[in-house]
Amino acid sequence: MNRQLKFFEAIREATDQAMERDPAVYIVGLGVPDPKGIFGTTLGLQEKYGTTRVQDMPLSENAMTGVALGSALVGMRPIITHQRVDFALVAMEQMVNQAAKWHYMFGGKAKVPMVVRMIIGRGWGQGPQHSQSLQAWFAHIPGLKVVMPTTAHDAKGLLAAAIEDNNPVVFIEHRWLHNISDEVPEEYYTVPLGSARVMREGNDVTIVGTSYMALEAVRAAERLRADDVSAEVIDLRTIRPWDVETVLGSVRKTGRLVVTDTASAAFGVSAEIVATVLECEFASMKTAPVRIALPDHPCPTSPALSNHYYPRADHIVRGVQRMMGIEPTTDMPAMTPHQKLDVPDPSFKGPF
Amino acid sequence: MPQLFDSQLHFKLYKEMLRIRIVENSIAEHYGEQEMRCPVHLSIGQEAAEAGACAALERRDYVLSGHRSHGHYLAKGGNLKAMMAEIYGKATGCAGGKGGSMHLVDIDAGFLGAAPIVGSTIPIAAGVAFASQMRDEDRVVMVFLGDGATETGVFYESVNFAALKNLPIVFLVENNFYSVYSPMDVRQKGDHRIIDIARAHGVEAHQADGNDLDLVYQISSKAVNKARAGGGPSLLEFITYRWREHCGHGYDNDIGYRTEAEFLSWKERDPVAAYERKLIARGLATQHEMDLMANELKQEAEEAIAYAKQGPWPELDTLSSQVYAN
Repeated sequence: MNRQLKFFEAIREATDQAMERDPAVYIVGLGVPDPKGIFGTTLGLQEKYGTTRVQDMPLSENAMTGVALGSALVGMRPIITHQRVDFALVAMEQMVNQAAKWHYMFGGKAKVPMVVRMIIGRGWGQGPQHSQSLQAWFAHIPGLKVVMPTTAHDAKGLLAAAIEDNNPVVFIEHRWLHNISDEVPEEYYTVPLGSARVMREGNDVTIVGTSYMALEAVRAAERLRADDVSAEVIDLRTIRPWDVETVLGSVRKTGRLVVTDTASAAFGVSAEIVATVLECEFASMKTAPVRIALPDHPCPTSPALSNHYYPRADHIVRGVQRMMGIEPTTDMPAMTPHQKLDVPDPSFKGPF
Repeated sequence: MPQLFDSQLHFKLYKEMLRIRIVENSIAEHYGEQEMRCPVHLSIGQEAAEAGACAALERRDYVLSGHRSHGHYLAKGGNLKAMMAEIYGKATGCAGGKGGSMHLVDIDAGFLGAAPIVGSTIPIAAGVAFASQMRDEDRVVMVFLGDGATETGVFYESVNFAALKNLPIVFLVENNFYSVYSPMDVRQKGDHRIIDIARAHGVEAHQADGNDLDLVYQISSKAVNKARAGGGPSLLEFITYRWREHCGHGYDNDIGYRTEAEFLSWKERDPVAAYERKLIARGLATQHEMDLMANELKQEAEEAIAYAKQGPWPELDTLSSQVYAN
């Protein structure tokens, strides 16, 4: 078997190799050089590259995003990290009004090559302000790119591609993916932004997943075999620009679409994908599309409530069964009394 | 650094200041034609602070600015014709017509950009200074902001960061007492608040008459030299006054937020007239020489406006281009 690496190690390796290749790359973020190193993703980098290229920062997310932008204007390639996407919200002004616009509004004279890493997650009492999944906010803005890797292989290749890109790239990592392993080549490589990956081929239904939900989609596809349903699972990998052709091609084949996203269904990425597919491939559709995503309210903290907040493979299976007229074999939610839904499921191992 | 108060320098400073006045007046004269189809924020009345501060910089240094940026762009050496064409929305504009008056840029001149979200270019300027420092470049960054921008969160954040990293940056505050129509006393407490904020962060700060061209130049030069020598950031607050309305070419002293008397008292402190009196009194220029210069500058401004008017509109295919850089 080829070398296995966990997702967080792949992030670190991509950062390390990018810094080695290009002296313009630097990383700044709250806790970057601390003993925990952003969930392990930045451990050892300051020892290797010094305190100038690997920096902690004041709790000034908006200004520091501007600082990263300003340095990018004159040739640096900053990576700025936010330990939760929720903290990045105070930097929206710099992200949306400034970073996203400087290339366009100066007629192409300015370039802003920067990566903004943000971490999302679920479970363990993260509550209303540590649990949001706001990719749609960023994807709504022309000028920003938005990347959400699922596997360790893609985490490395997409981060390297994001650092090489000459635009502001929002790079969103799901905490429940950080400790999942995959085959990861040792050498430097990139995975092109804007290309989805077919994780399972199938003929009856297309399930498009983002980030962690792509893994739940794989699990759902496996369960659906019992119903003689052949599901195709697409890991979107990049939210903006998203791989329209791969999704449309799959839907032309299957005629059915489920989109599962880590964020709210309302006004979200799943809504955008469904709308685009219906606009372009309405004639191919055998049934109405289904969205499996977060409900339309904030996330509660208590596990008694939050266990019912996040969608899982069960919900995807049920959605497919419903659209195909298959009688469900279990009641929803399929939970045993001792099942812990607020921690990562150890059965997700990879490789993918 | 050029020798202070030699006659050539005096004349150069005067010319830069007068040029801003004449260009802005020309924009005001033509604005009513409705061909400049974007908001303009004229800096008439504030030219000494702009010309004096930029004269302290080298060409390789960088400037960033906010919504009222024409004077900074010109004083830093930005191309006048490209600025006018940008205001007229032409392909020949400095941003190809995508930016307008509020988004001037001239990379070659070191004018990296302006943006009208008040306060937003302050941290960006700090980032440029951060890059200059990381690469050990001999470049100083000057960011222009107004009194209103000192009320934003990013101002505090940026001053803190600049102090923390000892960045080669000058925060240049033109205090003209009004944020649009809102006077200081509904927004800030105390007459020294702005410099006190900088000093509280360990940043050297000075408050001075922004209509005294020589004084602005002197103080700015010290701050720029200090930054260049590795001495870190400074904040300079220059007190001045905007003559025209916040946005547009007219006067608005009659609408009730300030008085005609206040405006007239500031008009008596006209930085351009004061400097002309000084040049004549010291025998550094004659009225005739100054008239000749004014005529030349007026001609240059009108030529730029003619150039802008004659320029082609941007091609439609640029509408959706340059969203992403290659």
